[in-house]
Amino acid sequence: MSRLRIAFLTPTAAVMGLLFFAPLLIVFAYSFLTRGAYGGVMRPWTLEAYDRVFDPLYGHILWRSLWIAAVSTFLCLALGLPLALYIARSASYKTLLLNLVMLPFWTSFLIRTYAWMFLLRDTGLINTALESLHLIRAPFPLLFNSGAVILGLVYGYLPFMVLPLYATLEKLDPSLLDAAADLGASPGISLWRVIIPLSKSGMIAGCLLVFIPCLGAFLTPDLMGGGKTVMIGNLVQNQFTTARDWPFGAAISLWLMVLVLFVTAFLGRKGEELI
Amino acid sequence: MKRFLPEYAAAAYLFLYSPLVVLGIFSFNSSKVAIWRGFTWDWYIRVFQNSALLDATLNSLIIACAATLVSTIIGTLAGYALWKKRSPILTNSLYLSLMTPEIVAGVSLLAFFEWLFRFLHVQLGMHTVILAHVSFCLVYVVIVILARLRTFDSSLEEAALDLGATEWQVFRYVTVPMLLPGIIAAALLCFTVSFDDYVITSLVAGVNSETLPMVIYAMARKGVSPEVNALSVMITVGLGVLILLAGRLEQRSGGKARRP
Amino acid sequence: MESVLELRDLTKHYPTHQAVNCISLCIKPGEFFSLVGPSGCGKTTTLRLIAGFEAPTSGEILLNGNSVTSLPPYRRDVNTVFQSYALFPHLTVVQNVAFGLERRRRESKIEIREKVKRALALVQLSGKESRLPSQISGGERQRVALARSLVLEPQVLLLDEPLSALDPKLRKQMRGELKSLQRRVGIAFLFVTHDQEEALSLSDRMAVMNGGRLEQIGAPRELYQQPKSRFAAEFLGEVNWINGTGVRPEATRISSNSPGDSVSSFTAVVEGSTFLGDCVHVQTRLPDGAQCTAELRRQECPFRTGDPVYVWWHASDELHFPIND
Repeated sequence: MSRLRIAFLTPTAAVMGLLFFAPLLIVFAYSFLTRGAYGGVMRPWTLEAYDRVFDPLYGHILWRSLWIAAVSTFLCLALGLPLALYIARSASYKTLLLNLVMLPFWTSFLIRTYAWMFLLRDTGLINTALESLHLIRAPFPLLFNSGAVILGLVYGYLPFMVLPLYATLEKLDPSLLDAAADLGASPGISLWRVIIPLSKSGMIAGCLLVFIPCLGAFLTPDLMGGGKTVMIGNLVQNQFTTARDWPFGAAISLWLMVLVLFVTAFLGRKGEELI
Repeated sequence: MKRFLPEYAAAAYLFLYSPLVVLGIFSFNSSKVAIWRGFTWDWYIRVFQNSALLDATLNSLIIACAATLVSTIIGTLAGYALWKKRSPILTNSLYLSLMTPEIVAGVSLLAFFEWLFRFLHVQLGMHTVILAHVSFCLVYVVIVILARLRTFDSSLEEAALDLGATEWQVFRYVTVPMLLPGIIAAALLCFTVSFDDYVITSLVAGVNSETLPMVIYAMARKGVSPEVNALSVMITVGLGVLILLAGRLEQRSGGKARRP
Repeated sequence: MESVLELRDLTKHYPTHQAVNCISLCIKPGEFFSLVGPSGCGKTTTLRLIAGFEAPTSGEILLNGNSVTSLPPYRRDVNTVFQSYALFPHLTVVQNVAFGLERRRRESKIEIREKVKRALALVQLSGKESRLPSQISGGERQRVALARSLVLEPQVLLLDEPLSALDPKLRKQMRGELKSLQRRVGIAFLFVTHDQEEALSLSDRMAVMNGGRLEQIGAPRELYQQPKSRFAAEFLGEVNWINGTGVRPEATRISSNSPGDSVSSFTAVVEGSTFLGDCVHVQTRLPDGAQCTAELRRQECPFRTGDPVYVWWHASDELHFPIND
């Protein structure tokens, strides 16, 4: 069997090696070089890129990214838990309800972000409706700020939180909650003391699946934040396109990877296996 | 609290679907403003007259089909091999590629291609996009295949071996036919992931290989346009149908190869 | 006679336990051989070792004198009927039966069709050719599994508890059919079961396994009447243990009057009786606390609970073991 097995694994190993690890190694190497005249890189080898990464000028971008990702994750958790609980407890429609949650995610992320732009912009649906109802006189700036970015991220990644939560909650014995109520626990206490502790692994998996993409988000801050809400992802993209500072972009990317690995290792040890 | 769960759930579903529904409704709006002025098919017609859009759509389709074909074949083989005997290195690599932020994957591929093409005199183009797509679609295929194999009755493979089939023949005549619905589901998933990608594609596409997401992004950047609304609705419905199909396939074949 | 299948010191260790411990046995051509034992005794593992799904830790497996120990399953001339039948759900009955022949590429398409037809007729399944496994009954699926293996004419057919998935009435019926099938085909059957009644009724010879070891090999009658170990005695039937001697209930006599001084008898008190259809088992308790069951081949129990009785047996019916248990 092992000859066949090696044959079966080789293409994937080749793709992983050549199209995932090798590029990461190249980026790693590029972070130690100097920016080229027309983009790209050139010698000499230097640590200059890393110096700039720690420049306080860019520090606030990092903190903003962490902050936005954390808030988005928390909101996803707060909004997703009751939804997952509801689905887990509906007897016959479980699969249908779950599929309905996942369906939007599998259609275009770009389009869904765009849909919110249509709703939120100054001439968008919400403002136009509010104005025509004479509730406001000037359009509310609903778009192009951190709030909009958070909204976009929560909207985009909510299904990623619901799925693992549902998986854990589904295995929860419903009689546990009945027993808790029987012993005098209010719904709030039941939630805090029974549901949350028992669904820890699902919560951790969900947080992992939401926090990491939010941290490295590009489209949402770019479209919903309008260039004013710069996150790590936007910064990196900028360096590799308009700013043409590849070593700097590479250094930031590397730090983003380190952050991601750190969070994954830290939470992943406590979370469930995905593959 | 429990009493409000159904109402809350309804509100949550509303939240998830209303932006798309609103978009859909206003794609038929005869006015460009966000006030309903009348029903029209105009914007849909304009989409089909927009050659840039059509070219981009064609590119996206070609890329998605090619990437899906390659990823599905490679991923199915790998998933099967991993099911037979675990390989922590490969599994963790795949897991890592899933966790890697798109922007990092995109710039690293860009850097890789740029370095590579110093020696090969090749430019960025459809081929680089396809390669990039394969690199991030692979893990989805492996996940789906592994999930299906988890409920596969391995005594069927043993029976085939017993009857004289070699390992390859077992795979070809027993496992793959039974796995086919799962393979197709993985392919459909792959297709939607590839079709929708913006970040990685925009970084490694050449000048002449604009994809549909890239065009939509540019239009969205400029402002809201009813054509984009119409286009979005068509894409959403199309991808939605594919996903529902994939889900149906998963369910229908789920009973056949279950372990007793 | 040369043995068709021989196991020499076959052993299989797992990290947690020893599944098969130094098993040696020979199966003669055309023999119906059963391997019995309780769950977990290693009989299925032995079967899997012979089929080639697992590699032994040590020992050898010989087919017609040739070692097959290092051969993969598809190179061994043995076939298996699985407990779950393992029919390919996506293939019809005919395609299932033809599967092995098609992989072998020894026969032409016409020959394959002929052989499949004959195999299906052999198991009395003609007429169901184009059905899918999901469209036929459990008993019919079992026949397809048999046909699928027999059509390849292996040296030995391995059967892993093939009747355990059937309901009791069908089981009894299939037992007879299986035995006559084996006689007709003339291939050695290695039949694994935990049901001692099945083994006793079907086998030419049988072996009792316990904890990975072979307790005893021999003809069914020999094993039943002269078990060499306490375990074998208790596994193959019921035993009354009185003062260290074992007697089967059907050999235990019971009466209200003393049988006299020619036999040693024991006084006992009737505790109850169980009607088993073709006989009655009377449970009694001896003064020292031992329980004794006597079998009466009649429909009614002539004793009432609490009646004092005598139990005795003929010395020739006692079970003796060569080693002290």
